[in-house]
Amino acid sequence: MSPDQTTFHAALLDPESAVPEGLSGPDNHPAGRRFDVYRNNVAVSLTEALHTAFPTIARLLGKQNMDGLARLYLRAHPPQTPLMMHYGGAFPDFLAGMPQLAHLGYLPDIARLDLAMRRAYHAADAAPADLSDIAPETLLQSALSLAPAMQLIRSAWPIHAIWRFNTEEGAPKPEPGPEDVVILRPAYDPLPQRLPPGGAAFLQALVDGATVAAAHETACTETPGFDPGPVLALLIRGAAITGLANQD
Amino acid sequence: MSNPVKTMTVAASIAAALTAHATTAEAQAKEKCYGVSLAGENDCAAGPGTTCAGTSTVDYQGNAWTLVDAGTCTDMTLPAAADGTARHGSLEPLDRDLPSA
Amino acid sequence: MLDTGHPTRLPAAPGVGFKPQHFAAITENPGAVRWIEIHAENYMGDGGRPLAQLRALAERFPVSVHGVGLSIGGEGPLDPDHLARLKHLVSWLDPASFSEHLAWSTHDSHFLNDLLPLPYTKDTLTRVAAHIDQVQDNVGRPMLLENPSSYLAFDDSTWSEPEFLAELSKRTDCGLLLDINNVFISATNLGFSPQGYIDAFPLDRVGEVHLGGHDEDHDDHGAPLLIDSHGRAVADPVWALLAYTLARSGPRPLLIEWDTDVPDWPVLEAEAARAAHALVPAG
Repeated sequence: MSPDQTTFHAALLDPESAVPEGLSGPDNHPAGRRFDVYRNNVAVSLTEALHTAFPTIARLLGKQNMDGLARLYLRAHPPQTPLMMHYGGAFPDFLAGMPQLAHLGYLPDIARLDLAMRRAYHAADAAPADLSDIAPETLLQSALSLAPAMQLIRSAWPIHAIWRFNTEEGAPKPEPGPEDVVILRPAYDPLPQRLPPGGAAFLQALVDGATVAAAHETACTETPGFDPGPVLALLIRGAAITGLANQD
Repeated sequence: MSNPVKTMTVAASIAAALTAHATTAEAQAKEKCYGVSLAGENDCAAGPGTTCAGTSTVDYQGNAWTLVDAGTCTDMTLPAAADGTARHGSLEPLDRDLPSA
Repeated sequence: MLDTGHPTRLPAAPGVGFKPQHFAAITENPGAVRWIEIHAENYMGDGGRPLAQLRALAERFPVSVHGVGLSIGGEGPLDPDHLARLKHLVSWLDPASFSEHLAWSTHDSHFLNDLLPLPYTKDTLTRVAAHIDQVQDNVGRPMLLENPSSYLAFDDSTWSEPEFLAELSKRTDCGLLLDINNVFISATNLGFSPQGYIDAFPLDRVGEVHLGGHDEDHDDHGAPLLIDSHGRAVADPVWALLAYTLARSGPRPLLIEWDTDVPDWPVLEAEAARAAHALVPAG
């Protein structure tokens, strides 16, 4: 009897299991390595998907390490949706759980950065608000609608410097230290940018619905003297402010 | 925003920020898109035949996997956090008791 | 619109599978290319460049939406979320054609990212026909169903593939997408005549034809095993099988698929030009 899909599926993902019975080549030979074509398609296509989805991790670890990790990951976490653009959501935590990678403590946050770049790329379009006639006092008392493409990542590691070192020709070697990153997508290309101290707390408060003034207060408790101007300019240049909600 | 001097300083900084303009699609055409455009595409092609990627039983157990000396991570020296705890970037606020060097 | 009653508005001319790296070239000078095909799943994000490119392309070219993730042959129920995404895409884009595969790819909520084979039995026929009905009802238009490339056969199969597809088309009124490269691959791998397959195929139901490249491997006994890699030019025997088919079917929309090791635009366009040439004696 030919295998049902439960049997076929189990054998696909377990290279140690026997090829299911009831499958043949010409002249009724058992399928043998013909079945391996399907095993291979699944493993190779998902491995390649992880290479392209996590380009910075792939460069940091090299092809052989990335292949090995991908083959472990794809069996532990097969895609849960047919949209490959979403594959790999559990990869950062998977890396964090590998004792062999414990000495490379920045890897999970770099994987989060790669993941956030992809989310920003596919995020909904949103036209930036026209702020040319807005008074600073009005902006201070307003909550902001922010573009869906905006992604915020806080890290104890120099994630922006590590990303640059692995992406831009001639970028300097990363120095230890925490870095917070905001990814903005002014048109269609997401760009990660390093935030000044207090910038992430300020942005997170805005994301949570605070007014600019209240977000400034929050940021100042973390970073006394925090100046919101440069971060707001970053958001405006990145087309990330899509509307104002006056809180008066 | 109880301190009026502070409010004025912040307002001036914000006024300067409001003179910024969104980067246009034309201006950004010069930027790279860092390969994101091809990440996670579906297709209907088959993999390269019966190579061992799908059938090798070596290293399928996570605890048997070993890291080889490769990649750019070997060029970087970034010591682990002093207290050894794992830190996760997220949208949650994070304690800032972080290594300074 | 072709005059054969199959559900497509694609022209009987060459098209190519669209790749984002070709966007500038194809909009500047499409050459022999008259229409494009996209993989539905790559345009199910919320926004950004993929959808912007698709909107721009749809203003210039007829578009074929080709799904690769619905798992229409799955033993479990169709994914309602994915059906809703397909319906949304087809609704706003109003493509010239909408197609999927006779295959399964999801089981137990795991998507395996490969088009997996089915036994051609009464049970499979009943199940797949019900799924096709469900898709066509949901999306609100008829679909085309594509013949797979096969590396092995199910001992339980009681139907030949062309008979199976003909019966599905008859029961559901769906059209068929005939992949000539897949026919050649399956015929080589399973030891049947590719011309015999074409002779048995309900060509009047064919709304679109696919062409693509394959790799060569071999099985445990040294028999040839062709792999549907879509990673090189269409092989000469596949062009010959196309000519055999077109002589019997008349002209059809012809798609060049090139999904791995994607070449620069001129190479892909040259394949489309060869397809245009193949249509001449049939036209």
